[in-house]
Amino acid sequence: MRGRPTFVIGCVLVAVVFVVALGSLIWLPYDPADTSGGRLVPPGGAHLLGTDKLGRDLLTQLMVGARIALTVGVGSVLLGGALGVAGGLLAGFATRWLDDLLSAALDILIAFPTLLLAMLVVAAREASLGSAVLAIGLAMSGIVARLTRVLVKRVLAQDYITAARTSGASWPRVVAEHVLPNIWPTLLVNLALQLGLAVLAEAALSYLGLGPPPPNASWGRLLQEAQATVLTAPTGAIAPGVLLVVLVVGVNLVADGFRDLADPTRRRSR
Amino acid sequence: MARYLLRRTAFLLGSLLLAASLLFVLLRLLPGDPANALLTVGATPEQVAAARRQIGSDLPLPEQFGAWLAGLARLDLGTSFVSRLPVGPEIAERLVVTVPLTLLSFALAVVIALPVGFLAAWRSDRWYGPLLNGVSQLGIAVPVFWIGMLLVTVFALRLRVLPAGGFPREDWADPGRALTSLVLPVVTIALVMSASLIRYVRSATLDVLGSDYLRTARALGASFAGAMWRHGLRNAAVPVVSILGIELATTFLGAVVVESVFTLPGLGTMLVEGIAEHDYPVIQGVLVVSTFAVLVIGFAADLGQRLMDPRLRAHVGGGRS
Repeated sequence: MRGRPTFVIGCVLVAVVFVVALGSLIWLPYDPADTSGGRLVPPGGAHLLGTDKLGRDLLTQLMVGARIALTVGVGSVLLGGALGVAGGLLAGFATRWLDDLLSAALDILIAFPTLLLAMLVVAAREASLGSAVLAIGLAMSGIVARLTRVLVKRVLAQDYITAARTSGASWPRVVAEHVLPNIWPTLLVNLALQLGLAVLAEAALSYLGLGPPPPNASWGRLLQEAQATVLTAPTGAIAPGVLLVVLVVGVNLVADGFRDLADPTRRRSR
Repeated sequence: MARYLLRRTAFLLGSLLLAASLLFVLLRLLPGDPANALLTVGATPEQVAAARRQIGSDLPLPEQFGAWLAGLARLDLGTSFVSRLPVGPEIAERLVVTVPLTLLSFALAVVIALPVGFLAAWRSDRWYGPLLNGVSQLGIAVPVFWIGMLLVTVFALRLRVLPAGGFPREDWADPGRALTSLVLPVVTIALVMSASLIRYVRSATLDVLGSDYLRTARALGASFAGAMWRHGLRNAAVPVVSILGIELATTFLGAVVVESVFTLPGLGTMLVEGIAEHDYPVIQGVLVVSTFAVLVIGFAADLGQRLMDPRLRAHVGGGRS
């Protein structure tokens, strides 16, 4: 940890958002749907950060937004990670033609940009929390699968795999004891980076009006709603953006830190 | 090279076909009938049947799929449920905004990223090297639409020097006005795109600066600029060019979101409107054109890389990497 100030900063930034999100489950200044506060009240007094154009308390909305951002981010990483690692393992172990087929399918899935795929899922279903997680997780799974496949192929070419197989270890045991332990550090770094991208994707979806609907406050939607009143009530147009940057920078710094821990030979200046 | 070209073209065609199928399947697997978009609440069964006949959703799925592919082959993307106009020409009209927006943003991003990325690597021991690096780290974490909002606030609402949004009705008839309305969107996308590009340029430059061949060239008496021009540039260019294709595709997607910020009548706003109105032909049409564009850009980038890198050129018809 020492001599890694950026990693520590990253942990602190992520921790702050996590604490706010968890805190929103226990306590909120106001009900998220409470519009009794008066419209566009400036910060201070009863409303620490003021209210939005519907009279909802901004601090409350931001706290709920932290929860939604993390739910979608973590949810889609879990979904995309599970699908991706399973698909990547399958392709990595598969015989030639199945591997070719899976790789081609992955290349095409990756050619579908995350946001377009997400918009497609939302168009096919409806704008909801589940759609956002499904859409972003699905888009992510292709990238994770391709990485997993490459990592698995690299490990399988090693002599210790041959040694394990000759000494009678079954394939499931080889996967559990040799393959996964060798590939997880790199996977973890990639999944952390994907978490940041997922948070940004959710924000973009919500900004476009295709994210989780109210009462799920989303930072992206808060920004969209505050756009019209940016001159009279600037806090609403700035605070959600700052929180988004804090979370994503934090996640990226943590990912960089993981990478340095996983590979001590890597130059820190990268 | 010819064999590689053949393989890569076959792969491109296969991808296009698969992408079109995937779009069809995903949009058809959903519960509910696309015909519902045409109907009001409480429609009679006869009206439902008529609507289904009108858009062809009463046919068996394989037939619908066949009609969809046949339409694509004729560049016929169907008719919008809402406006009753053909989707193809509408997309072409929207591309008049989206394509210049994408290309201008991409060009500006490259113009920003090349010198800044080089400087961040070359002067990594001065105070501004790490600073530039930190700024690019921040840049990849900022939502593109938020940058747009902030730029509108400052330059359109406060300083009133540029329009806050919209696009001239007569398109490019008055190029000056059209360009003016693209300034803020282009700067918005370019700022965000250059952040990630800077990181690639910096990394490629660092590799070159630490290389033995550069040191040898210098030891043989070449000036720094001369050695960089003759040896550094062509080596650093390879990884950067390979990433440019992906970045161009990403720029195009940035445009999809940023158009909404600036209410530009482009492909992105067309897609968002289509989703809001459950206008399936529009959604399908825009997504198919966008995905094709991304696939074709990837194809071009791969070819460009092959042509540039003699190591890959020699490796004729080599395996997938």
